[in-house]
Amino acid sequence: METALAHTDIEMMDCVYEKPDTLTDQRFHYCPGCGHGVAHRVLMEVIDELGIQEQTIGVAPVGCSVFAYHYMNVDMQEAAHGRASAVATGIKRMHPDKYVYTYQGDGDLAAIGTAETIHTANRGENILVVFINNAIYGMTGGQMAPTTLLGMKTSTSPAGRTIETAGFPIKITEMVAMLPGVYYVARTSVHTPNAVRQLKKALTKAFQYQKQGKGTCFVEVVSNCPSGWKMTPLQANKWMEENMFPVFPPGEIKVPKN
Amino acid sequence: MSEVQLMKGNEAIAEAAIRAGCQGYFGYPITPQSEILEYLTDEGRKRGMVVLQAESEVASINMVYGASGAGARVMTSSSSPGISLMQEGISYIACAELPCLIVNINRGGPGLGTIQPSQGDYFQSTKGGGHGDYRLIVLAPASVQEMADFVYDAFDLADKYRNPVMILADGALGQMMEKVEFKKYNPADHIPPKPWATVGKTRDRERNFLTSLHIQPEKMEQINLALQEKYRTITRNETRSESIETDDADYILVGYGLAARIAHRAVEIAREKGIRVGLLRPITLWPFPYGRVQELATKAKGILVIEMNAGQMVEDVRLGVEGRVPVKFYGRMGGIIPSPDEVVHALESMIHQPVEANVEEY
Ligand SMILES: Cc1ncc(C[n+]2csc(CCOP(=O)(O)OP(=O)(O)O)c2C)c(N)n1
Ligand code: SF4
Repeated sequence: METALAHTDIEMMDCVYEKPDTLTDQRFHYCPGCGHGVAHRVLMEVIDELGIQEQTIGVAPVGCSVFAYHYMNVDMQEAAHGRASAVATGIKRMHPDKYVYTYQGDGDLAAIGTAETIHTANRGENILVVFINNAIYGMTGGQMAPTTLLGMKTSTSPAGRTIETAGFPIKITEMVAMLPGVYYVARTSVHTPNAVRQLKKALTKAFQYQKQGKGTCFVEVVSNCPSGWKMTPLQANKWMEENMFPVFPPGEIKVPKN
Repeated sequence: MSEVQLMKGNEAIAEAAIRAGCQGYFGYPITPQSEILEYLTDEGRKRGMVVLQAESEVASINMVYGASGAGARVMTSSSSPGISLMQEGISYIACAELPCLIVNINRGGPGLGTIQPSQGDYFQSTKGGGHGDYRLIVLAPASVQEMADFVYDAFDLADKYRNPVMILADGALGQMMEKVEFKKYNPADHIPPKPWATVGKTRDRERNFLTSLHIQPEKMEQINLALQEKYRTITRNETRSESIETDDADYILVGYGLAARIAHRAVEIAREKGIRVGLLRPITLWPFPYGRVQELATKAKGILVIEMNAGQMVEDVRLGVEGRVPVKFYGRMGGIIPSPDEVVHALESMIHQPVEANVEEY
């Protein structure tokens, strides 16, 4: 099903951006404006720039990014819903010299997979966890996620999430950051060039720390879901800044001392 | 070089796993199989194995998925409630066609049940257990020696067919001490190359990805058809059973694992009483030896199935017999082990009952 990009006559000297070899030619299935596509590209660019494609193994979740292995041109395994970090643990333990990462949504990582997330981090598994937080279950059609904001409407919180019935949005990134096995934790987004640069920096550091055997690195991307949120991409990014950032503020959450 | 040792069944499994070149073990404690985790944590690690106590059986089986997908010879072990928890992961492993060994030291259920031995997991081991049309190869040892021997077989079968293999024993076999001899086995002669493994995409090949997701129904049907074809090949090549004193037998006992040992003793007692009875012991519970059951059913007057459950394998025996002769069942549950005398009694009452009577007995 791989569709090669149409041949264009752009002269190489006009070329300001090239798709890295770490991305396949497959067209993304993501909705227009969805953060997943940009997050994929940034992650693959970092792997390309670090020159570690041949030593990297990725783990895809169950969620909208379940097909990540169609786009990411590295060896990959598709994990059961929530179990990506256990799968990654199995890979990493057998190949401690390889780079291993997971790429997971909020339902995957912070609801059904909470035990695996916490214990992988608590063991300090020397892997990178990339966490895409869009505050909703995209793949299954927009149900409430553990990170859904208070008052936020989803198909299973039609009048808005209330504390009484669903409790608070979980700040799993802060929870993970508390664990001594975790070396580096950052939260960024992908909706502006500057945010993309921050993400790139965070992912680059994470892979470098992995090479040094420092322990778990955890990078959250506050993202959007225009389809699930029922907004245009522009509205979604604005809503994200205004509503998600106060609860999930971007920045480095845990940085190495010294 | 033969070394005879006195060992618990669980330890024999663990020792054989090390000798079979098992590179990784992921498990969670549960009685009556924790000795496997403990033995490997000590001995296995000393001898170079990766051994990890996971946070749950759910995590264990998914670690096995990851490690097997990354090309390693790996295993997990648990007992009944833990195996229940693993079922989703086992289904993924079966569909992604990853080789691994899963040991189930069966205890009594349902629910938390009892830590005493049981065969209540026949269904969940042989009939899929998890979702979808998949099969495990299921080996049923009946001695500590077989606990060891079947580990090598299990790993080799798993690699040969890229299929998960289960060793299904029970708490008594896990805990009992018997003599065991470890055969000569050089893993390097047995472990095949795994070009499909995710070990890092080199320039000379396309990326490897392992998945059980095929969203197009036509593709998913093809995957299923290929799996079914593989299962037919396994059935043709790997079905195993043992027949004891069946040549002249009027009656056949059928039992596996510990129940087969008890039934064997019952055969001896009954023969002393002049009853011509033999024993069929299925060794592969899947693929089930339907053909052998059928052969015996054409010669015998009746078949009595002995299990430590409410009657699970008896359904497969009936499928093999296809109504040719009466099939009766005698079982104990909840961790109770039937005595040979009880089995002989059940056999005698079957002989003296009208042939059409086909009632269950507990
Ligand atoms: C065991 C199991 N339970 C439920 C599902 C259904 N399911 C698939 S994806 C998903 C939620 C995905 O949401 P999230 O992780 O936030 O990712 P997103 O789609 O938003 O990127 C659920 C509940 C499943 N596949 N497996
Ligand atoms: S449903 Fe939401 S998360 Fe999924 S691709 Fe569409 S916008 Fe992205």
